[in-house]
Amino acid sequence: MDKFQTLTSTIVPLPNQNVDTDQIIPARFLKATTREGFGDNLFRDWRYDEQNNPINSFILNDPDIKGEILVAGKNFGSGSSREHAAWALYDFGFKAVVSSFFADIFKNNALNNGLLPVQVSDNFLQKIFNQYEVEANTELRVDLANQSITLLTTGETESFDINPYKKYCLENGYDDIDYLLSQREAIENFEAQALYSV
Amino acid sequence: MPGKTLFDKIWDSHVVSSIENGPDVLYIDRHFIHEVTSPQAFNGLAQRGIGVARPKQTIATADHNVPTINQHLPIQEVLSRTQVNKLTENCEKFGVELYGLGHPFQGIVHVIGPELGITLPGMTIVCGDSHTSTHGAFGSVAFGIGTSEVEQVLATQCILQTKPKKMKIEVNGELAEGVSSKDIVLYIIAQITASGGTGCFVEFAGSAIRSLSMEARMTICNMSIEMGARGGMIAPDETTFEYIRGREFAPKGGEFDKLVDYWRTLPSDSDAEYDKISTFDAAEITPFITYGTNPGMGIKITDSVPTMEVVSKAEQNSFAKSLEYMGLEPGQSLLGKPVNYVFIGSCTNSRIEDLRKVADLVRGQQKAPHVNAMIIPGSKQVENQARKEGLDVIFQKAGFELRQPGCSACLGMNEDKVPKGEYCVSTSNRNFEGRQGPGARTFLASPLTAAATAINGYITDVREMLAEPELA
Repeated sequence: MDKFQTLTSTIVPLPNQNVDTDQIIPARFLKATTREGFGDNLFRDWRYDEQNNPINSFILNDPDIKGEILVAGKNFGSGSSREHAAWALYDFGFKAVVSSFFADIFKNNALNNGLLPVQVSDNFLQKIFNQYEVEANTELRVDLANQSITLLTTGETESFDINPYKKYCLENGYDDIDYLLSQREAIENFEAQALYSV
Repeated sequence: MPGKTLFDKIWDSHVVSSIENGPDVLYIDRHFIHEVTSPQAFNGLAQRGIGVARPKQTIATADHNVPTINQHLPIQEVLSRTQVNKLTENCEKFGVELYGLGHPFQGIVHVIGPELGITLPGMTIVCGDSHTSTHGAFGSVAFGIGTSEVEQVLATQCILQTKPKKMKIEVNGELAEGVSSKDIVLYIIAQITASGGTGCFVEFAGSAIRSLSMEARMTICNMSIEMGARGGMIAPDETTFEYIRGREFAPKGGEFDKLVDYWRTLPSDSDAEYDKISTFDAAEITPFITYGTNPGMGIKITDSVPTMEVVSKAEQNSFAKSLEYMGLEPGQSLLGKPVNYVFIGSCTNSRIEDLRKVADLVRGQQKAPHVNAMIIPGSKQVENQARKEGLDVIFQKAGFELRQPGCSACLGMNEDKVPKGEYCVSTSNRNFEGRQGPGARTFLASPLTAAATAINGYITDVREMLAEPELA
């Protein structure tokens, strides 16, 4: 997993609420057996029509809008547990997603792939969208060490929560399996008295 | 100190260790895998040069992208075939039991675990699928995970997880005729919204829940994820024990009796505390249906789609977008709306009781000519049982097609898709945009509502049909 420390970037706004993982990557594109290449089908049905032509009104098809931070409406990543959603966002080039609410499984999946979910207040989220309306190349700065997110042009800032262990993993690029493998002895001791182990 | 909830008792007894200010190392009793979310996890093991830690605690099946006809032939679609073959290869290489296509135990992962007696009270159960919450109906802690977490479990039989909050949802009273557990759960989601349970593990309780069969309980726990919850569960009781007794892999004899004694200790203590409690009256619940593009957008089947005025300002854009996708107007009634597709299946409603209810309703009747009515059994065992009971003949006479088991048109990974712009009354769990096929428009409802709609050819309140005197 890549390390995450600070990130300064323009944003890609997606104000829709309840963006579920079927929108992020539709089920029919989940047939690969590796983790790579899912970015091509990120938001597939919003991005392309039935003839696979780009839908110009969709934000990802706007050549002037580029950024490593996706800013999305409330309750992002609900529905299916498919980690392919996090892979697709990361593969496309996003390093952080900002929303005022994330679904649980998506949040875990993102953190396990070096994609930082930044949960902000509804108010701050609205400020970001408002600022984008004024200035499309507005930049956000996400500082993981200080757990802060800042709208660079206005200087407005807000802090965000992250589990200290997950923060440590992201800062260092560690994944959970490394940790779990180091716990083998404790796990075997536990298993010795576990009711359902075979 | 307050007492413990059902959830606390199981979670706490599975914590191997805890990271300070971090997640718990949670021991996993049973792990289900399928073809879509496991290949990258096996790749990860191979890259690390390690094997599956406890291969006997992982059970595999092929369900998500399998065809629902001609399952004895090789899968035609190349990518699906490759993925299913990869699962077979991985299971052979890593020593995992696979109930693949053609096996008498094959089926939707959340249907086969319970019916084979693999799912037991007090267990921790995970699967790379959000509807793993289904198994919570047995009083187990069961939840969906991502593929990195699938790899954790394969590698160590443990997962790093922060303990969720606890929510209790009580439903008390008696259900009216024509109202089923699907209506209960759609009703609850409409009340608390599609994110109302986020961060929580939900315990469903109350007399209306207690009175339900195991299969009906599974339908409710299945859709816990649709309220954003991490999982849902119901305390085990006599109904649970009787369901498990004698099943293929369930413990037998003295071992079973000993386990029952333990299972009786699992229900929440009377002084247990929850972070959130919601209480509902079963008498308020009628046949329910969704009108929008998330499962929280549901109404009583006799109600109208909400008008813009009752939607909060912040949600008006999403609401309008949703209705536009569905081709519906605010304030419109759904009753009488013509529908060309009816899908009865999915891990929510594809068990034998669902099929029996549908058969009882459609016996001696005919579906409307314009309706494509598909019934996808949850497993090979459900399919065989349906044929044994002659349900297949009833379905055939009524014009419903009973196919072979799989996830099918719930998520449209195989050929079973609803065409663009078409309406489908579906017994599945998600009405997201494009879920049943690009541009498909889904109305979620119970098997009874779906069957009644297929007969009439338009959205129907099943209670009207139940009230009709039988034709001589």
